[in-house]
Amino acid sequence: MSALAAAASTTSTGEAVQFWVLGTVAVIGALCTILMKKAVHSALCLAGTMIILAVFYLANGAYFLGVVQVVVYTGAIMMLFLFVVMLVGVTAADSLTETIKGQRWLAALCGLGFGILLIAGIANAKLTHFNGLGRVNSAGHVEGLAELIFTRYIFAFEITGALLITAAVGAMVLTHRERTERAATQRELAERRVREGVQLPPLPAPGVYARHNAVDIAGLLPDGTPSELTVNKTLRARGQIRDVSSEALEDLKALEQKSAERLGREEASK
Amino acid sequence: MENLIALLVAAPLLGAAVLLCGGRRLDKAGHWLGTLFAAASFGIGVALFADMLGRGADDRTVHQRLFSWIPVEGFQADVAFQLDQLSMTFVLLITGVGTLIHIYSIGYMEHDERRRRFFGYLNLFLAAMLLLVLADNYLLLYVGWEGVGLASYLLIGFWQHKPSAATAAKKAFLVNRVGDMGLSIAIMIMFTTFGTFAFGPVFGAVDGTSEGTLTAIALMLLLAACGKSAQVPLQSWLGDAMEGPTPVSALIHAATMVTAGVYLITRSGAVFDAAPDAQTAVVVVGAVTLLFGAIVGCAKDDIKKALAGSTMSQIGYMILAAGLGPIGYVFAIMHLVTHGFFKAGLFLGAGSVMHGMNDEVDMRKYGGLRKYMPITFVTFGLGYLAIIGFPGLSGFWSKDKIIEAAFAKGGTEGWILGGVALLGAAITAFYMTRVMLLTFFGEKRWQPAPDADAVPSAEPAAEHRAGQLPHPHESPKTMTLPMIVLAFGSVFAGGLFSINEAFVKWLEPVTSFEHGNPPLGAGAITASTVVVLLIGVGLAYVQYGRKPVPVVAPRGSWLTRAARRDLLQDDFNHVVLVRGGEHLTRSLVYVDHSLVDGVVNGTAASVGGLSGRLRKLQNGYARSYAVSMFGGTAILIAATLLMRAV
Amino acid sequence: MNPVNYLYLAALLFTIGAAGVLIRKNAIVLFMCVELMLNACNLAFVAFSRMHGNLDGQIIAFFTMVVAAAEVVVGLAIIVSLFRTRHSASVDDASLMKL
Repeated sequence: MSALAAAASTTSTGEAVQFWVLGTVAVIGALCTILMKKAVHSALCLAGTMIILAVFYLANGAYFLGVVQVVVYTGAIMMLFLFVVMLVGVTAADSLTETIKGQRWLAALCGLGFGILLIAGIANAKLTHFNGLGRVNSAGHVEGLAELIFTRYIFAFEITGALLITAAVGAMVLTHRERTERAATQRELAERRVREGVQLPPLPAPGVYARHNAVDIAGLLPDGTPSELTVNKTLRARGQIRDVSSEALEDLKALEQKSAERLGREEASK
Repeated sequence: MENLIALLVAAPLLGAAVLLCGGRRLDKAGHWLGTLFAAASFGIGVALFADMLGRGADDRTVHQRLFSWIPVEGFQADVAFQLDQLSMTFVLLITGVGTLIHIYSIGYMEHDERRRRFFGYLNLFLAAMLLLVLADNYLLLYVGWEGVGLASYLLIGFWQHKPSAATAAKKAFLVNRVGDMGLSIAIMIMFTTFGTFAFGPVFGAVDGTSEGTLTAIALMLLLAACGKSAQVPLQSWLGDAMEGPTPVSALIHAATMVTAGVYLITRSGAVFDAAPDAQTAVVVVGAVTLLFGAIVGCAKDDIKKALAGSTMSQIGYMILAAGLGPIGYVFAIMHLVTHGFFKAGLFLGAGSVMHGMNDEVDMRKYGGLRKYMPITFVTFGLGYLAIIGFPGLSGFWSKDKIIEAAFAKGGTEGWILGGVALLGAAITAFYMTRVMLLTFFGEKRWQPAPDADAVPSAEPAAEHRAGQLPHPHESPKTMTLPMIVLAFGSVFAGGLFSINEAFVKWLEPVTSFEHGNPPLGAGAITASTVVVLLIGVGLAYVQYGRKPVPVVAPRGSWLTRAARRDLLQDDFNHVVLVRGGEHLTRSLVYVDHSLVDGVVNGTAASVGGLSGRLRKLQNGYARSYAVSMFGGTAILIAATLLMRAV
Repeated sequence: MNPVNYLYLAALLFTIGAAGVLIRKNAIVLFMCVELMLNACNLAFVAFSRMHGNLDGQIIAFFTMVVAAAEVVVGLAIIVSLFRTRHSASVDDASLMKL
C-alpha cells in the first residue's frame, strides 16, 4: 500500500526517464496516425499510442483506468476500427492531396495557434505542487473508485449505461437493411437466368491459362484477352485484380508451341 | 298618430325591397306595386298633415324614437324621427311629386324591359329622401343623404349600356362624395364640440360655443349642400346627370334631391345664424350659382340640359335666400316647393316632347309642336310662366319675396344681392322663353332619327323608328295626368301660400322669421321684377321668335361658346384637379421609386451582394466548417487568457 | 520531474489529433483522430486527478471512455452505411451542405 501511495505522490527518476522515452514514442505514433497513407497503418499507430497512454495511466496511479485502456480501447475499440477498415477495403489508400483550397494552411495555422495557446495556458497556471493519491487510495484504489461511481456519480453512471444501450441499438438500426421482398429460391433464379438468356452456364472460372490458379487473376479467352466475367465483382470494385502480365501470355504461347510440337511429332510418328 | 312617421319611410323601403328582390315574376305588376307604395306613403303623409293642422302652432312637432342604433358610452345614436312643419312640407312635396312621377313613369318607361328595377330604385330614392328630411339627428340624416346619393347614382346610370350614362353616374357620385366629406366632417366637429348630433341638443348648445367652431361646422355643411345641390364649385355633375331617364331628372335632379342642400342649411339655421362669416359664404355661393346656372341655361341646345342649368340657377336663389338668415329661410322653402311643382312639370313636359320626337333632345330640331301636343304645350307653358315669375303664378310669389329679402339684407351687400337676383330673373325669362319658342313655336325643323347602328339608342323601342321623320303625338294619359296636376300646382301654389302669409305662419315656429325692410318699397321691387321679366322675354322673342332658327347651332360669341361648355367648369376641373392630381401622383411615384424604393432596394442589393460573397464560405465541406470551429475555439481561449492577464 | 509535463504531452496529442481531423479525408482516419483527442483529454484528467489528490478526474476519464465507446459504435455504423451507399469513405464526397 505504501509503495502505491509513494508511486502516486512522488515522481521518481525512473518515471522521468519513462516519460521522456515513451512520450516521444507517443507523439511519433500520433503524428504517424495522421500522416500515414493507409488507414490500417494509421490504426496500428494509434493502437501503439494508446498502449503508451495506458502505461502513463498506470504511472499516474490510475491502475484501473490503465487496465481498462488496454482492454477496452486497445483491445475492443481499435479492433472494431480495424474490422471496419477491412470491411471498407484494407488496401484502399487515402489520397493525401488536398482538394479544398487553403484548407491545409488554415489547419496548420489553427493547430499551431491552438497548441501554443493551450501550452501557454498550462504554463501560465500555477500548478507547482501536487497532492498525490496517497490519501484517497488509503481504502484501496478500486474500492475508492467504486465508492465514487456508485454514490456521487450514480446518475451519470446510469445515464451512460442507457447511452451505451442506445448506441448499440442505433448502430444496428443504421446498418440493418430490411429485406423488402422474399428471397428468390434456387429454382426461380435458374428460371430467371433461362428467361434472360444472358449467361446460361455457370460463370467461367478465374485463373484459366494463368500462371497459377488464383481468384484474383482473370481467365483468358481463346484469343488471349482477359475475361471480366471470371473474377469476383467485389475484388474488381476494390481494384484488387492482378493483371495478367504480358509475361504470362508469353509463357502461355511458349507452352502452346511446345504442346503443338509434341502433338505434331506424335502425329508425324504415326 | 306619431307612430305613423316610421311608416312614411317604411312603405317605399318595403316597395324597393319587394321590387328589387322579387325577380322577374314581378315584371308585369312591378310598376303598379311601386306606384302603390309611393301613393301609400303620400296617403300617410296627408293623414299626418291633417293631424298636425289639428294641433296648435307650438306643439306641432312630434317625435318617434324607433330604437337605439349605436348605444356606446359617450356615443349615443338613435334611429329617431322628428316631424315638424319643415319636415311636413318636404314629406308632402316628396311623396306628392314622387307619386305623380311614378304614375308618369308607367307610361314613359313602358318599353323598357328593366322597368321593375327602375321603380325599385325610385322607391329606394323616396325612402332615403324621407329618411333625410325626417331624421332627428345628423347621423341618421347622413344615412338618408348617402341613400339619395346612391339612388341618384343608380338612376343616372340606369341606361348603363350607354357609356355616357355610366360616366355621368360616376361623375355625380364622385362630386357628391366631396360634399359628403363635408357633411361627415361637420358631424365629427359637432360630436367633439357638443358630444351629440341630435338637432335639439346641438341647436340648444350653439349659444355657448365659439364662433370659430360654428363657422367651421357651417362651412362644412355648406360644402355638403354645394355637393348635393349642385352649387358652385361642385356644380359640374348636374348637367351630365341628365343622361338619366327624364322622370329621374324631374324627381331627383329638379324637385327633391338637389334641394336637400337648402333643407340642410335651413334645418341648421341656428348654426348659420351664429356664424355670420359662413352666412356670407352661403350668400356668395347662392348668388354666383344663380348667374352661373342661368348663363349656362341660355346657351344649351339640349332641352334637358337647359332645364338643368335653370334648376341650378333656381337652387341658387334658394341658397341665397337661406343665406340671408331669418328673413329668407321661409322664402327659400317656399320657392323650393313652388319650384318643385313647376320644374317637375317642365321636365315631365320635356320628357313628353322627347317621347313624341324619337328621343331627340336638341331643341333646334323641334319647332311648331304646339299643335301636335296640346296638353304638353299648355302644361309646359304654365310651368314656363310660373318659373319666369309671371305675376299671379307660383314663381312670382316666391321669387319676388326672395328678391325683396335680398334687398333687405341692407347696405351695399343688399344692393349687390338684389341686383344679382333681379339680373337672374331677367336671364331666367330670356332662357325659358328661348326654350318655349324653340320647342313649340316657329317652323318645323324636324330631322330624321339617327341610324340605330350609328348611335346606340337609349330605348330598344327606338330602333324601328330609325331613319324616319318623327310623328309627334300627345303622350298617353298616365303621362299627361301628372303634368296637369303639376300645372295646377305651378299656377296656384304660390298664391295659396301667400294668402294672409299662410306659409310664413306655417313655418315660422320652426325656422324663425323676421320681416325684412328693403330700402325700396315692396311695390317698387315687384314693379322692377316685372320690368326685367318683360325685358328678358322681349330679348328672347327678338332673338328666336322673329328670326328663323338655324338647325345647326351658330358659332356664337365667346360667352355663348363658354356657356355651351358649362362655362368651362369641366375644363377647370380637368386642368386644376385632374392634371394637378396627375402631376402630384407622378412626382410622388418618382419619389417613391427613386428614394424610398432606392433605399430599400439598395439595402437589399448590398445585403444580397454581401451574402453572395459570404456564400462562398459555405462550400459544403465538413472539414472546412471544422476549421472554422477550431479557429473559433482558439480565439476563445486567447480571449480567456487575455482577460485573465488584464 | 514535474507531473505538469503530462499536461503538456496531453495538449500536444490533442493538437495533433485536431490537426488530423482537419487534414484527413478518410472518415475512418478522421475518426481515429477524434479518438486520439479523447485519449489526450483522458491523460490530462488522470494527471489532474493525481495533482489534486482525488479520484474524480479518473471517474471522468472512465466516463469519457464509455461515451467514446458508444460514439465509436454509432460512428462506425454511420461510416459503414455511408460506404454502402456511396462506395467511398471520403468526407469530401458528402459536400451537399450548401446552396
